[in-house]
Amino acid sequence: MKIIIFYFIIFLNLSSSYAAKKNIDQNQIYKNLRCLVCQGQSISDSNSDFAQTIKLVVKDLIKQGKSEKQIYTFMADKYGDWIVYKPQLNKQNFILWVLPYVILLGGGLVIFSIIRKKRKKF
Amino acid sequence: MQKVIKFLTTLIFLFVIVVFYFSLNKDPSYQTNSLVGKKLVELNLESFDGDYSLRTKDFKKNNFTLINFWASWCSPCRVEHPILMSLSKSKKLKLVGINFKDKKNNAKKFLNELGNPYNLIAKDEIGKKSVNFGIYGIPESILVNKEMIVIKKFIGPLNTRDYNEILKIIN
Repeated sequence: MKIIIFYFIIFLNLSSSYAAKKNIDQNQIYKNLRCLVCQGQSISDSNSDFAQTIKLVVKDLIKQGKSEKQIYTFMADKYGDWIVYKPQLNKQNFILWVLPYVILLGGGLVIFSIIRKKRKKF
Repeated sequence: MQKVIKFLTTLIFLFVIVVFYFSLNKDPSYQTNSLVGKKLVELNLESFDGDYSLRTKDFKKNNFTLINFWASWCSPCRVEHPILMSLSKSKKLKLVGINFKDKKNNAKKFLNELGNPYNLIAKDEIGKKSVNFGIYGIPESILVNKEMIVIKKFIGPLNTRDYNEILKIIN
């Protein structure tokens, strides 16, 4: 009985995560797309003509079965990386993506060596 | 160890200064440079009278095509119209007009009044198809070669400087 319950829970988890993947949140996509004719507004925040058109196109792309990533790639292809609030990793922004991790790692190493030195003293 | 910390702190400080220096001197407005050299695909545009679909082969007949997005309600389109009329005289350039979110009667009136510079006219009544061309407002014009590769994108009404630049490219 315990095994059946265990498998049932796993099945529920898997199906819910699959459903979450399938149902793309279009509002989330609108929030991640910049309104090019507005000042500091996303497509979600704006009622401009441009924003309305992009919303329609996003809805169409979702209907066509495109994933969230594919929609961002489509938009970046047409309007450049500027339209996406979170640009995808490429040659131009490689340093910006990697540098925080390098600094974090370097900082960690510095802190680690300081602590080790202090311990040795005592 | 102290030296390493000092060196790293100075390095990070200099990096931040350099990033701020270049970022603050950069033009914050939307740039279209990244679109130059890209190939236009998925045209799927209906002609102005609805009797045929505009296809890639329509662009292959001429070495260069200027795709112009216009509407009768757009006053800057009126401003650039004489430039388009002058460009239409060039035999090396084909002009394709895409009537953007417009009413057919108003568009016809506009062309009857100011002249028709276009070799072909298509329509995009809702504006969704223009997204394929990276359009975000009109007037906008895209100069493409016969392979449909973007050579230059002009945002806003064409002016004399753009006119000269187009002639220089096509000749």
